[in-house]
Amino acid sequence: MKFSKTASLLSAAALALAIGATAPAWADTPKDTLVVADKIDDIVSIDPAESFEFSGNDMLNNIYDTLVELDPSNLGPLVPGLATEWSLADDGVTYTFKIREGVTFHSGNPVTAEDAAFSLQRAVILNKTPSFILNQFGFTAENVAEKIKATGDMELTIVTDQPYAPSFFYNCLTAVVASIVDKKTVMENEADGDMGYEWLKTNTAGSGAYKLRVFKPSDSYVLERAGEYWRGDVPMKRVFVRHVAEPATQRLLLERGDIDVARKLTPVDIAGIADNDDLTVNDEVRGRLMYVAMNQKVEPLNDPKVIKAIKHLIDYEGMANSFLKGQYTVHQAFLPAGFLGASTETPYKFDVEGAKALLAEAGVEGMKIRIFVRNDQDRLEMAQSFQNTLGQAGIEAELRTGTGKEILGEYRARKHDIYLGAWGPDYPDPHTNADTFARNPDNSDEGKHTGILAWRNAWPATEVNDMTNAAVLEKDSDKRAEMYMEIQRLHQETSPFAPMFQKIEQVATRNGVENLSLGGSIHSVFYWPTTK
Amino acid sequence: MAATDVNDLDDTPGPHRAARAFALVKSIASLAVTLAVTILGLLAITFIIGRVVPIDPVLAVLGERATAEQAEAAREAMGLNEPLWYQFALYVRDAVQFDFGKSTLTSRPVIEDIARVFPATLELATIATIFGVLLGIPAGVLAATKPGSWIDQLVRLIGLMGYSMPIFWLGLMGLLVFYGQLGWVGGPGRLDTSYEFMYDLDVPRVTGAILIDTALAGAWDIFRNALTHIILPAAVLGYYSMAYISRMTRSFMLEQLSQEYITTARVKGMPEWRVVWVHALRNVMVPLITVIALSYANLLEGSVLTETVFAWPGLGLYITNALFSADMAAVMGGTICVGLVFIVLNLLSDVLYRFVDPRARS
Repeated sequence: MKFSKTASLLSAAALALAIGATAPAWADTPKDTLVVADKIDDIVSIDPAESFEFSGNDMLNNIYDTLVELDPSNLGPLVPGLATEWSLADDGVTYTFKIREGVTFHSGNPVTAEDAAFSLQRAVILNKTPSFILNQFGFTAENVAEKIKATGDMELTIVTDQPYAPSFFYNCLTAVVASIVDKKTVMENEADGDMGYEWLKTNTAGSGAYKLRVFKPSDSYVLERAGEYWRGDVPMKRVFVRHVAEPATQRLLLERGDIDVARKLTPVDIAGIADNDDLTVNDEVRGRLMYVAMNQKVEPLNDPKVIKAIKHLIDYEGMANSFLKGQYTVHQAFLPAGFLGASTETPYKFDVEGAKALLAEAGVEGMKIRIFVRNDQDRLEMAQSFQNTLGQAGIEAELRTGTGKEILGEYRARKHDIYLGAWGPDYPDPHTNADTFARNPDNSDEGKHTGILAWRNAWPATEVNDMTNAAVLEKDSDKRAEMYMEIQRLHQETSPFAPMFQKIEQVATRNGVENLSLGGSIHSVFYWPTTK
Repeated sequence: MAATDVNDLDDTPGPHRAARAFALVKSIASLAVTLAVTILGLLAITFIIGRVVPIDPVLAVLGERATAEQAEAAREAMGLNEPLWYQFALYVRDAVQFDFGKSTLTSRPVIEDIARVFPATLELATIATIFGVLLGIPAGVLAATKPGSWIDQLVRLIGLMGYSMPIFWLGLMGLLVFYGQLGWVGGPGRLDTSYEFMYDLDVPRVTGAILIDTALAGAWDIFRNALTHIILPAAVLGYYSMAYISRMTRSFMLEQLSQEYITTARVKGMPEWRVVWVHALRNVMVPLITVIALSYANLLEGSVLTETVFAWPGLGLYITNALFSADMAAVMGGTICVGLVFIVLNLLSDVLYRFVDPRARS
């Protein structure tokens, strides 16, 4: 360690000499600043009640706090956040939270139960995309003032509509949509009764480790340490996140020491920097799954034998060991590893002969099918491999490609045959994926449950519906985990979904960057404990 | 447009002035009409494109998880439930007042976004064009004076390479060599991280162009840093514009050099450099100005690939992103901006014609 530091210093000095004074670009990043290259052009709104994109949540996770938090060094168990303790009454629906004393927002206003009640009510009333994470507990714009309220300066009471598994409720409170905002500041900027919505889209009012100093959409943003942080030391004074879309450019910047962290390198870049002693690559398993889904409105995709055959016609290992190497790992259950009750069973193997036999049994011959996939390198490569392996069993597949929004539009309208795409969990509880993969409240076209994958694929989910509904009410966590195991088993057996891979994020850093947690499979990045 | 006031053939002294004034008014009026029609056409085309693309703008804003009810509320709020002609009328009304609305992607007024991204492109395109002109014209002239010589071949070769090499590749190679290996220039982005802070926090925004703002503020260290960052992308873009300009210069010059007045000048014993660089060159300036203006305008649209490779937050990336996400307000604002660039450069070249061509002045 010491040697390599000296060596790199020496080599830097030698190079600096060789180049002379002409290269001011040689300067390292500032000591107290973490410089990150990422793709951040997906950020739409930075209002926590609305933000639902990866990059937006990465930013907000460092600006806002939630009542219940996750520990970046040990993701999974919940730790106290702006609430120091919480309890559930015997009725199974009344939760009480004690708010932490002495914490202030970036404005200097103290954090109170009133702020917490306002923040959660606001998310429900604004009813933006991520609001379902809270609304699923029975809150509506009409009843939320009754259901979520401050019952003391520092006491918050929340009443849910059913006795849910408490872990489910607490897990949901760690999501970005449940961030606590500074009521006073937000309401000072209210316009036309919008609860500060227009203002908070581009401004922040949190109590987190950092405040937003500069934000240039699709270009960069700067987080600045807000002062004392109740969770501990915040070593980095600033975090500078730059939008660098081209991976090769990120790699160059990292190699030159102009950035500390590169988050969007390709496997080729990762292989390219393997021999560089100044850089470290860390793998972190993320929550995103790649899956194939078959529209049950389309013949003969609704034949169980055909479904099984197609599940055997995916070259899981082949892809994971070639072009997806290091980026994805084979995963065939709908709960990503890292979640409560996640199954790691992989019952399906690539088996052309077996698939052919199944197709023959189903009496299917000369099948023609379209695979809907968006223009994105990984996905296209997977789709091409899939197209090829389908062909080996006599299924003629055509790729129907388009931009993300275009393909998504058709998927949501149930106009696809086979869809190949990604799904990322919305909050760190197994129900997030169970709710969409293994539950369908109403399969009719009029149901319009466009957000639910089972509905999009016209799968009524009869085999698992009841179990999914029961699992979310199970109070005993171990039992709950077992129930999800069983649901995943049935799902693998009967559903028209074939989960294939789980994402691994390879993050490359300059040596010395420590304690950078990307949030694992369940959350967003944490910058506050990071050192360099 | 320049032709309108050359129409004035009346040479009687009395009404001459009035006629001139009339011609001026007429030329301004015709200019205004052209402008209006061009902009209206521009608006109509962007509007139609926005409706034809198979992307649902509501989905673009709400993302994958939105419920049908949320989508409907957003559709209503975005005015997408109004009849088409009415939407178009609103679109034109707002555009005329420079109110392009809010970008759905950045949640900010489009005009603010453009004020942020356009100076980055302007800076880059201007320096690239200066590169292109300073190298392209002499190269073209030299090539034309000795057609078939090694110098002509060299200019042709360099020009051909400029045409045929993908700019993406050229940019990456340039970065790899001059930034990655040699460290002669700054890396991707407009500034180093530490200077970026200083610029964001200490330098007042006047134009948004870093080189100009820092020069005005006397922040010469940031200025120097910005210069090391802009030089490579500008050279890469400038190479393309040079390739184009040198080729056009060569062919214009060849044409001029075969004219009789050149022969006459040579016979009269005028030094060759004067014949070429003054007599002939002055006569190719008019078509050349058009060529330069067009190449400049093309660069001002923003080059998506260059901006991607160099992490340069310019107009090209902005419009492309907006198009992909059906962010119609941003597309409209961006397109009008590009349209205005073309119109302004057109006007500018008209003015320059008059300057270099006495016939256009009378």
